[in-house]
Amino acid sequence: MSNDQTSAGSPAPKPLRKPGSQIIVDTLVELGVDTMFGYLGGVVLPLFDKLYDAPINFIIPRHEQGGCHMADAYARATGKVGVVVATSGPGATNLVTGIANAMMDSVPIVCLTGQVRTDLIGNDAFQEADITGITRPITKHNCIVKNVKDLARTIREAFHIASTGRPGPVLIDIPVDVAVSMCEVTVAPEKVHLQGYRLKPHGHAKQIAIAANAINNAKRPVLYVGGGIISSGASAELRQFAEKANVPVTTTLLAMGVFDQTKPGSLNMLGMHGAAYANFAVQEADLLIAIGARFEDRVTGKITTFAKNAKIIHVDIDPSSISKNITVDIPIVGDAKRILKELTDAIEHRERIEWCARIAELKQKYPLAYDRNATTIKPQYVIEELAHQTNGDAIICTGVGQHQMWAAQFYSYKRPRQFITSGGLGTMGFGLPAAIGAQIACPDQTVIDIDGDSSLNMTMNELATAVQYKLPVKICLINNGFMGMVRQWQELFYNKRYSCSFLENPDFATVARAYGAVGITVDKKEDVPAAIKKMLAETGTCLVDFRVEPEENVWPMVPAGKSINEMDGIDIFQSMA
Amino acid sequence: MKHIISALVQNEPGVLARVAGMFAARAFNIDSLAVGRTDNPKLSRMTIVVIGDDRMVEQVRKQLAKIISVVKVQDYAGQNLVARDLMLITIAAPAEKRPEIFALIEMFNAKVVDIGPKFVMVEVVGPEIKIEAFIEACQPYGIKSVVRTGTIAMPRHPKLKSQQ
Repeated sequence: MSNDQTSAGSPAPKPLRKPGSQIIVDTLVELGVDTMFGYLGGVVLPLFDKLYDAPINFIIPRHEQGGCHMADAYARATGKVGVVVATSGPGATNLVTGIANAMMDSVPIVCLTGQVRTDLIGNDAFQEADITGITRPITKHNCIVKNVKDLARTIREAFHIASTGRPGPVLIDIPVDVAVSMCEVTVAPEKVHLQGYRLKPHGHAKQIAIAANAINNAKRPVLYVGGGIISSGASAELRQFAEKANVPVTTTLLAMGVFDQTKPGSLNMLGMHGAAYANFAVQEADLLIAIGARFEDRVTGKITTFAKNAKIIHVDIDPSSISKNITVDIPIVGDAKRILKELTDAIEHRERIEWCARIAELKQKYPLAYDRNATTIKPQYVIEELAHQTNGDAIICTGVGQHQMWAAQFYSYKRPRQFITSGGLGTMGFGLPAAIGAQIACPDQTVIDIDGDSSLNMTMNELATAVQYKLPVKICLINNGFMGMVRQWQELFYNKRYSCSFLENPDFATVARAYGAVGITVDKKEDVPAAIKKMLAETGTCLVDFRVEPEENVWPMVPAGKSINEMDGIDIFQSMA
Repeated sequence: MKHIISALVQNEPGVLARVAGMFAARAFNIDSLAVGRTDNPKLSRMTIVVIGDDRMVEQVRKQLAKIISVVKVQDYAGQNLVARDLMLITIAAPAEKRPEIFALIEMFNAKVVDIGPKFVMVEVVGPEIKIEAFIEACQPYGIKSVVRTGTIAMPRHPKLKSQQ
């Protein structure tokens, strides 16, 4: 090989030569990676051989999708980049749901996939899939590395792209021959420079001044904040801003906890299953300050009537989020933390006594409620009891559906990164692998997967992972024996024709025990507190199967296509309050 | 409204798929797309013609800019441009019709690039409207086939604008 000849002929000390697989591991360690998730396979064997000696805690899921969700939740819990590895072909395609999930919720993950040998690409080789082609629309960026010399730089770029600006998943596809070929390594890594990737964290000063003026003049302003506050680490700045201007804060599902929900200024979540008072407040507002949120349809309901009386300020790091779903009056492209700080300096203190009183009145008049006198186990009761016994401090992960909405509504979140849920993609089965990823990230915290029976069924095999790594993950199963949310829609919009929404479940506690976890079944309301207490005291993986009221609905609800103030179910729970 | 968008992109495998895929995924329509290398072999320029309202085209521009392999995006709307299409068109040209056809070709400042016993192949360069007009003018003679590049465009230098 020409490389060998040149190095052999040179009188200088032999440069450091490493195989691609070692370069991958060394670059990851250089970038601060100490935890990875992933699954073995033929073409990633060279990489796994080098991981054997690496100072990296490697977690093996039972399915690549699970591994991807774990890396995703690890990233959400820590703010660091999550890393997942999969082999070529089915290993890589199994990541697809996980990648799309991270993309929709702007989570920084780097996926390393093995690929067949460069000379076999395109030949329909064994376990070949065009994974860069498949994941192009669901990654922030992806690429295939065909030359070992590009490997280290590509990995550094991937981490930079994944973690900056609006974060997102980046996939690097590495053919096996690249992983085994040798390359001279330069000691000092070059700085990442990407011509087509420029960040604009500084807001336009003139726009900030216009926004500050609008805020000063607003009588009924509302802050509507999303996951961007978490990505930007801006919750302290948000609090300072909201307190100085006396602006109530409503959050999207992803931003739960960025503003302490026990504060009077907290309006909880808005949208389809948001708090009625949040939706009313938005509709009464004369100024909506949207930060790091993207006016998704589950938030806005009928877009033409959303915040119809309000001027809209929209702050986002991603210019394409602005004026995508709704035309805004004052757009500001930039980093939420920086802009909130500048806005706080630019605005004047306001009391807004009338508006605060109105907010208090709305909160008092339309509280989130359920029938507390029921004799059956109400799912909301389980979650309230859980919140009570954990003092609202646990990290909560969820699947997708009714239980997710109740977990959002009835657990009071105090801090960012406390609620880990699949928002944009709505991926059933996210809960358990997410809880595993979060528990790996935060070994000293209580991590609870509030899950639904149908969601859990999708990724239940990850119980084996939780047990293998002796993780004290708690699974609080809201088991109604239905695909609850679709059943609710069938009840409300399809005349109670429960087409295919009933699934025969296994006995989950027995399943948990078969995996080596603790399994408890609760079917009486009076046993709920004791079961939760026992669950929280467990030092290993523990599942509690709560047999809840099968046909409980999530209220309030904005039916699809309606304005967010046209909620169903307010009267129902007002009578229960 | 028709917008001509110019995107400077990294000349790397998959970049066309990234751009075209984004258009498909976000339900934007491409009217035409022309790609070629620039003077810098590492960069290519895509000229994309899209039809849509201002808000949609703004999204197109932003979504293009978001693609990492896309270095720069410009919407040429409202600018004084030179915009050109290139077309090769083969027209049925029996001997008795040739004088007429050649007159037409001359009128459009087009060029005969190939000739056979029954057909002529003509090269036409110009703004899209001219290309369309030429196609229409050729209809009566019978068009065998048409190949078009899609529009490429470049804004005029501001100085030239004032001199006009």
